Amino acid sequence: MSYLAYAVAAWLFLAGGLGIARSRHLVQTVVALSVAQSGTYVLLLAVGFQRGASAPIFGAGTPLKASGVVDPVVQAMTLTDIVVSATVTALLAALAIQVAKLHGTADPDELRSLRG
Amino acid sequence: MSRVVRMIVFAVGGLGVAVLLGAAIARMPHFGSGHHPYRTLAVAAALARRAPNAVSSVNFDQRGFDTLGEEMILVGSVLGAVALLRPAHHESERRVPRGGRVLPATQFAGYALLPVTLALGLDVVAHGHLTPGGGFQGGVILATGLHMAYVAGDYAALRRLRPVHWYSYGEALGAGAFVLLGFAGLAAAGAYMANVLPLGTFRALLSAGTVPLFNIATGCAVACGIVVLLAAFLRQELLIGEDER
Repeated sequence: MSYLAYAVAAWLFLAGGLGIARSRHLVQTVVALSVAQSGTYVLLLAVGFQRGASAPIFGAGTPLKASGVVDPVVQAMTLTDIVVSATVTALLAALAIQVAKLHGTADPDELRSLRG
Repeated sequence: MSRVVRMIVFAVGGLGVAVLLGAAIARMPHFGSGHHPYRTLAVAAALARRAPNAVSSVNFDQRGFDTLGEEMILVGSVLGAVALLRPAHHESERRVPRGGRVLPATQFAGYALLPVTLALGLDVVAHGHLTPGGGFQGGVILATGLHMAYVAGDYAALRRLRPVHWYSYGEALGAGAFVLLGFAGLAAAGAYMANVLPLGTFRALLSAGTVPLFNIATGCAVACGIVVLLAAFLRQELLIGEDER
């Protein structure tokens, strides 16, 4: 059981990749990329997890020692990861809109040639 | 590349990645174990700088320079999306569409939650160094709050609430303030983004040195950036249409 969280991360990453390879619509491609990126969130949070530890935020009543909390460094990296994922999704969605308008289709298989 | 060839390429590549991931996972420390050297160092540094939220301390103090890069990715992608979503040469802007029906309950919820969400966003930004939250999270909540007017079915009211060019200045102001705060550290202590302000008392609103200021700058940039981004998408969907020929 101790490797389950890592396995979930790997599975999400590969499932997202499969979604990109199989996609029939550009919006589906973008969503599949988000699924693959969620794998990286699970991996980062799993790396920092410690059984029985609390969140790395020292409110009133939390003892001020490092051994009782999970790793804040990977949590901060997950936050960066989520922000980058959201902005990349927005940019790709904007690209998908323009591709659909220029070519009249959003199916990657039908986008054979580049047009200006 | 045909679909079959693409799936074969993916199967080969995916299998290779799966094998490598499996090999890497097999040699990882056990899930949930107590061995976290970075945690020990980062939490000690956060407590020394009197920031109860260690994640905020990592983001805006210990690893602040990386967050600057993250902020620039955000600005760049908003810029790219807005540039992509301009009207093309054979398109122009229509008038704001009217009509449509919104359930009174939805409308009420939208208007009632608008001020509540904005207050929550300000709270999450202001207490980013004390409680869960920070500039990024609070900024997203603030931008969502404004769009409650859209949920209430009033696109015209949303347009009055957010004159988009002011928000684009707001985004530049937030990102610029982030950069300048970094230079303030350079001038006062000789290191970019050095935490130069007095640290204050632990768990007080004004504590943790420069972390709250970075939170506010980030909150401003993120809230304005997302408003500009959503405005570009909404304008694309609702207002821009092909010219009649």
